[in-house]
Amino acid sequence: MSYLNVKVAEIEQVTEVVKRFSLVDVNGEKLPSFSGGSHIVVAMDINGRTHRNPYSLMSSPEKTDSYNIAVRKQEYSRGGSVFMHEQITVGTELQITYPANLFSISKLGRKNILIAGGIGITPFMSQIVDLNRLGTEYEMHYAYRSPEHGAFSDQLIEMCGEQVHFYIESEGQKLDFMTLLAKQPLGTHVYVCGPEPMVDALVAAARELGWPEKHIHNEQFSAPQAGAPFKVKLAVSDIEIEVPSELSMLEAIEAAGVDAPYLCRGGACGQCEVEVLQCDGQIMHNDHYLTDAEKNNGKKILPCVSRANCQNMVIKL
Amino acid sequence: MSLTFKKETFRDDYTFYNSPAAIKRFPFPFPEDEYMYSVNIEPHVKTQPGSVTEFLLDIDEHYVAECADKEITLAADPERFLALPHMMDAQWDALELIMEAMSNDYPDQFTLTKDGSNWHWTNKPLGLSQKFVFGDPSTLPMEPLNYIGRQVQGDWVLLDQRDNNLFADCAMVTSQADWSLAIDVGMSFNEWHGPVPLANETGVFDRALKYLLNLQLGSPVRRLNWTMTVNPRMDTSPENYPLWGPEKVTVTPENVGEKVHLRVELQTLFRLPRSNGQAFSIRCYLISLEELATYPRWAKRIHRVLKDLHPALAEYKGLIYKDMVVDWLSKYDDGAPLDTGTHPE
Repeated sequence: MSYLNVKVAEIEQVTEVVKRFSLVDVNGEKLPSFSGGSHIVVAMDINGRTHRNPYSLMSSPEKTDSYNIAVRKQEYSRGGSVFMHEQITVGTELQITYPANLFSISKLGRKNILIAGGIGITPFMSQIVDLNRLGTEYEMHYAYRSPEHGAFSDQLIEMCGEQVHFYIESEGQKLDFMTLLAKQPLGTHVYVCGPEPMVDALVAAARELGWPEKHIHNEQFSAPQAGAPFKVKLAVSDIEIEVPSELSMLEAIEAAGVDAPYLCRGGACGQCEVEVLQCDGQIMHNDHYLTDAEKNNGKKILPCVSRANCQNMVIKL
Repeated sequence: MSLTFKKETFRDDYTFYNSPAAIKRFPFPFPEDEYMYSVNIEPHVKTQPGSVTEFLLDIDEHYVAECADKEITLAADPERFLALPHMMDAQWDALELIMEAMSNDYPDQFTLTKDGSNWHWTNKPLGLSQKFVFGDPSTLPMEPLNYIGRQVQGDWVLLDQRDNNLFADCAMVTSQADWSLAIDVGMSFNEWHGPVPLANETGVFDRALKYLLNLQLGSPVRRLNWTMTVNPRMDTSPENYPLWGPEKVTVTPENVGEKVHLRVELQTLFRLPRSNGQAFSIRCYLISLEELATYPRWAKRIHRVLKDLHPALAEYKGLIYKDMVVDWLSKYDDGAPLDTGTHPE
């Protein structure tokens, strides 16, 4: 896996709970070009342990002198977002992955409906730059809790003009998915990023209206959950590790010095999928990648976000 | 390696040959005595100086002659370059990848200077100089991949990634091992691999596709593929089968060592940054059996591979002269065990 070394050039408090970080190459070089909707994974050293969190790139893909990410301080954080908010200062050096895109705009879509809830706006910020450049028809629908939570709304008006629509919950403005989707022409694709209930409701509405599955796109990154500690034996490496309650299984594997594959660290891409050879309890699947059948079968796990309620597990790694 | 470009042909009088240095660096594809399809994909990392994987792209002694052969093929059949309209971003990505790789690794031959979007490309071996605006197709004499594809060895297929699949939506293809761009353009990964025997049944392609969908920017991968060709011909396309197909029956026990060539493809895959597509480069290396036998270890190895090759593979690869090849090679095989690896003596 290839990494980039960056340092924080600028920090902006965007709302009460959102900060924007501007990252530049440590040597002042241009950062790699990327496509709208891409994310990076930021490595952070928290109390001697390496946490890695994914964040969408929200700066323009055309201007790669810096990458911008926005971090929402999570109420039930395992430490990552709180660390970003409280410990990172201008000048802090960080290691990030190359951009990867699990939420790209289909180039064959005739029209694109973009729907964001809260901090889910970030991947659309870079996608809109691409859509504007390509001249593709789109509408941006952005819902948030109250006026002071509307991060980047001024910037969106500047970028989208009349193509952006805001829905402020505290003012009783509601985004009705059925009404919105029902009036779209054939060949429209819909993209949603936001809280899980919102994503689920949108997907359900699109399906009910008979939209083709290939026209319904969502980006959902889960965060690993804390849980009871358990032991994992890595059958190939022939070592046994303990997954403590506050680390993900993948983080515990990495802490043991094993170079395991990953890409999104949010249970979306399947890159870290590993075969479960034995488990004396219940796997707690927390990903959006495995099928329900695979989850019930209990032979696979995505260690970036899932863990187990068990004493011992054996995996093929 | 200092570069001297040879004057040679890949058709008609077939004057192509490999220098001793080119033979020594040939990407021999058989580490073991048996061959079967596998997901033989590895990181495309730089290897030792002089090898074909020393750099991201390999420019060798055949560069100028191969580019001239491409021009002949493209002039006769302009549809060897095809691009669906949504692939313009990917074309620029590929042009940037190729120009940067060539100018970084072969600075005496190629230069690229950038002033914002104003780029200046020079190609000394082909005597070309082009100023253009990156991202503006009207500033190039032809579409970006059509322009740069003529100046780089190997075929280039640009893949669009959507619907959890990869689609061959743009390409320049002039040295293909009997597959047609006009037929395959727009196809998905599973569709264009449909004809391959045995591999589909074993799930090789499902695993390979899953791996490739997560291909990362900055971490290209590669694999070797192989077949055999009678006479050193680059353009073995179905469109031109009447030109090369009949040559298969000209192989005799007397000329087999000279006429039959091992054809190895160094296939590399790169994630493209702006388009989120992928560039699939298929670089063809040819070597006659006589040249290969410079290193008896290779002759011995390929003798064993071909002797026991699964009949379905021999048929798929069109090796109707296989028995003659095996007979010719048998004199190099003393039956003693060979250690694993593709290296020459």
